[in-house]
Order: sequence, then structure tokens, then C-alpha cells
Amino acid sequence: MTDQSLTPSAKAAQFTRNKQKREFKERIIQTVLFLAAFSCVLATLAIMEILIAESWQFFQKVSLKEFLTSTDWSPLFEPPGYGILPLVSGTLTTSAVALSVAIPFGLITAIYLSEFASARLREVAKPVLELLAGIPTVVYGYFALLGVIPLLQLLYNPIGPTLSNIAPAIFPIELSGFNMLGAGIVMGLMITPLISSISEDAMRAVPVGLREGSYATGATKLQTALKVVMPAATSGIVAAFILGISRAVGETMIVAIAAGLQPVVSFNPLEQAATITAYIVQVSLGDLPHGSIQYQTIFAAGLTLVLITLTFNVIGYFLSKRLREKY
Amino acid sequence: MAQLEMTTGERQERRSTLSRRQLLSSAFAILGLLVFFAATLILVALITQMTIQGAPRLNWKFLTSFPSSDPLQAGILAAWVGSLLVIVTTMFVAVPLGVAAGIYLEEYGGTNWLAGLIEINVTNLAGVPSIVYGLLALGFFNQQLGLGESVLTAGLTLALLILPIVIVTTREALRAIPSSLREAAYALGSSKWQMIWDHVLPYSFGSILTGIIIGLSRAIGETAPLITIGALTFIAFLPPLPIQPQFPFISFEWLKAPFTVMPIQMFNWVSRPDPEFQANAAAAGVVLIFMTLTLNGFAIFLRYRFRKGIKW
Repeated sequence: MTDQSLTPSAKAAQFTRNKQKREFKERIIQTVLFLAAFSCVLATLAIMEILIAESWQFFQKVSLKEFLTSTDWSPLFEPPGYGILPLVSGTLTTSAVALSVAIPFGLITAIYLSEFASARLREVAKPVLELLAGIPTVVYGYFALLGVIPLLQLLYNPIGPTLSNIAPAIFPIELSGFNMLGAGIVMGLMITPLISSISEDAMRAVPVGLREGSYATGATKLQTALKVVMPAATSGIVAAFILGISRAVGETMIVAIAAGLQPVVSFNPLEQAATITAYIVQVSLGDLPHGSIQYQTIFAAGLTLVLITLTFNVIGYFLSKRLREKY
Repeated sequence: MAQLEMTTGERQERRSTLSRRQLLSSAFAILGLLVFFAATLILVALITQMTIQGAPRLNWKFLTSFPSSDPLQAGILAAWVGSLLVIVTTMFVAVPLGVAAGIYLEEYGGTNWLAGLIEINVTNLAGVPSIVYGLLALGFFNQQLGLGESVLTAGLTLALLILPIVIVTTREALRAIPSSLREAAYALGSSKWQMIWDHVLPYSFGSILTGIIIGLSRAIGETAPLITIGALTFIAFLPPLPIQPQFPFISFEWLKAPFTVMPIQMFNWVSRPDPEFQANAAAAGVVLIFMTLTLNGFAIFLRYRFRKGIKW
């Protein structure tokens, strides 16, 4: 590379020059990479800035007390009501339905795949679960509205009047074409692959020695799975549940399509309700002038949503840290 | 344990609890298999039902027609072109940004507190509900930056949405490269960046590509954040072509054009009571599922291939 005729000192000088040039280039590259990584922090800041700034405007006009305690959410009507409770109850109910489907389904699948299934079945099952997790949520919304809810109506409507006689407050005579039950069930099916995949990873990470010790004392596979592997993997399983909850709370399209858009305080899954996310979609479909209070409501609702998911994430973080077992 | 000899009764009892426990265990194995297949079959049944409902609409005309108030005339031309343009924009933003960020965090970050802060941020961003990105797009890109309800706004929004996916898979891919490879490069006198660019990146290319494809397929299916921007559902024209007949031949006008995308078109049709429109929704759903499943399947195949190919 270097010229043979150069004196040693000239060679050394050239070497230093090249080294300096290279170091300068390295420094620039590192700075560029850092800036790219820092864009994540900027994105978080931008999200917080937008949510807080617009919500601040909103809370200039509506008291925090009304927002948190009123049970009337009707910002688009006269007289307007700005109580977030109906949206929160809808969000929590659909999420609860979803989790009561996804947690048992997901956990049983995870235990089965991790402890019972053959390696070959697992090889096939994992990609299948991944593929199912890739179906767009708007398609799940279609499944809920035109697949699951008609099926539920078919099952419920013959017994509806009888049930309604017994407890009219809970059971409607006929199941509406939009309800939280159908939306929740489909949401649960959507979250199942997520929960089972993460729980399974956690259970597979438990050392084989623990299992062998359990078998050596005469335990069956099921006893080993429930009494040895699951307790050891609790941290990861809890993390999976929390991720599922966050997903359910933030899920938008399924509830916007199939849960109806009635903002009423109700924890009855057989009824219609609006969730926080569905409300944001509903307002966005209309044409609201920017800066109006109706426009600001979606940011206040968005802030509430972020705070709810953040709470669950923080709880999950500490729970899974406390439950973590070291081997 | 004191008594070594068991009476016949005890032995029998023990045997019966053993067989009972074994029975329970096998019962659970069957239950597990049933649950797994039930969950999968329900979804397969739902997809089949949708395909049957949408099948009569799935033809060339459906792919090449604009939306219309007559369900039998309506098609998804504007929607799939919009989806394509938005995804291309997303890709051009998310891939360089995400891969660069992943390289920084994995190779340069180390234990410095700023890298720690960025890491927490990435985890947090991954947990933010997608509709909140829509609010960001509406308030920040659309209003504050004045980008309007355009392809560019949508592309940037989805890029931010999939950024955590790209970063996390890039980091995992880099982590999987053994340190001996890095040390060998250093031993030959290469600088850090030469080591990364010439040695680490080529080996981790496959895994990074997998992450990018999974991220993009997620972006194709996202609906909520684009609805909040105000993406229109009735667009009976195409954005200006990126290649122009006159000088300078390349035009970026399409970035500023209003748009619609596949999921929004499907949402619009699904929420109409007319079953004819719902058939359109089903057909759009089939096309959408086909797009995302193809991408995801390709990603899984790639990962499988690269895992098989490289043995450290």
C-alpha cells in the first residue's frame, strides 16, 4: 500500500494522518448512530408533549373532577358531558372478557407445547402461532361482527326470554348485533398466541435439571409442569399476562367495529359499550375543527389510555422482578 | 421411611394413586392438544367463512376499480396503491433509523446512562397502544409540522410504530454474532465501524431482514393510527406517479397526496349495514390477510433458512 521509496519518518507521518482521518470518520459514524437511537427518546417526548398540551387545553374548560367522576360522556351532544367513566368501564369490560378467554387458552397451550408436545409439533406450532398473530386487527373486527356475534345470537336468542324473566337487569331478551362479549372473545383469540408464545418461552427457559429432579421423586409430567416449572417461570408468565392486558386495553379496531358505540357505564358484556379507543376512532371519522373542545377530548381520552397501560406495565415490571427466580 | 416393608394394601393404594396421577397427566396432554387445535381451528373457520363471503367479489375488476357507492362496482385500486406508497415511505424511514439505533445500542451503547435511557424508551414505545401514535400523527405531524393528511404523515407514523420492532430484532441479530468474530477483525487492525460494516452486519443481515419484514407486515395491517390522521375512505383517484415523463423524471408529489389504505377501506365497508358492502369487506380482508401472511411466512422462512445456514 505505502510507497517503498518513502523514508521511515514520512511513513510514520502518513500513518498518523491516516489514523486521524479514520478516527474522525469513526467519530462521525458514532454520532450519526447515536442520533438515530436518540430519535426514540424524541418520539416519546413528542407523544407526551402532544397528549399533555392538548389535554391541558381541555382541562382549562372541564374540571378534573367532572372528568373523573361524571358518568355522562356525550361531548358531541347538547348539553355535553365529559365524564370518562363510561369509556373506562367499556375498556375494562372488553379487556376482562378478552383475558378470560386468552389466559386459560394461552396458558394451557403454553404448558402443552413446552412440557408435553413433541419437538416436531412444537416446530410447526410456533410459526403457526406467529402467523396468527400477524392477522390485521381490522380483519379480527370483521370476524367479531360477522362471525362470532351472529353465532352468539344464534345460541343466546332461544334462551334469552327465559333468562330475561329471571334477571331482566342482566339478560336482555335479544342479544344486540353489537356487544362487548363478541368483541371481547375475538380480542381474546387475538391475544392468545401472544400469551402462549411468551409463557412458553419462559417455561422453556427453566433448567432441565429442575424437571429431572421432579421426575426422580416420582412426579408425573402434569405435576412437574404445575408444581415445578410454572412456579419457576412465574416471572415470565406474569410478564406475558401484563402484555396481554396492555394489548387488550389499547386494542382499537375490534371494539370500534363490534362493541357498539354507546358510552354507558356498564360492566355487563351482553350490552353495547364504547371504549376509549373506539371513541377516538369515532370522533376521528367525523370532521372536527382543530382547537375545538371536541377535538381536545380525544387527546384527554388518549392520555387516560396511556396512563392506564402505563400503570399495568409498571405493576407488571415490579411483579415480574419480585417473582424472578435465579438459578 | 422407617418402615421398609409395605403391606399389600399400602402397595395397592400407592399403585392406584400413581395410575390416577398418570391418568390426569395424560388427560391434560389431550386437553392441551384440543385447546391448541380449537384456538387454531376457530380462526381457520373464521378465515374460511370470510373467504367464502368475499369469493364472488375477488376478481380483476375488484383490484382495478375505485371505491364507489354501488357495491358491485366498487374496488380497492386506490386502497392497495395507497398501502404500497405508505409502506415504501415507512420502510425508507424505519429501516435506516431502526437498524442504526439497534447498532448503536448493541455495539456502542455499553453501560452509559444515555444508552440506558434510550433502552427504556424503546421498551416503552413498544407498549404504547397504536392509536396513541395516531394522536401523535394528528397533533404533531399533521398540525404542528403542517404535513397534512398525506402519505408522508402516514408513513412517518407507521415508521415510529414499527421502530421498536426493528430495533429489538436488530439488537438480537447482532447479539447472536459470536465475539470471536469481532476480536478477529480487531486483531487484523480494523476499526470498530469496519468491523461492524464488513463482518458483523453481513452475518446478521438475514435476521435483521426478518425483523424488518415482520415490522412492515404489521404496518400494512395497522388501521387505527391512520384513521385518526383523517385518511379518507373515498378516494377516486391515484396519487401522482413517482416517475414523470419530463425532467427531472422523479417526482415526490405523491408524498403530499391524500390517500386511503387497505385496512381503512375494509373498515369503511365492514361498518355499513348493506350485506353487499360486507361482501366487499370480506374480499378486501382476504387480500389483506394474503398480503400480511405472505410477508410473515416469507420472514419465517428466511429465519429458518439463515438459522440452518450459519453454524458457529
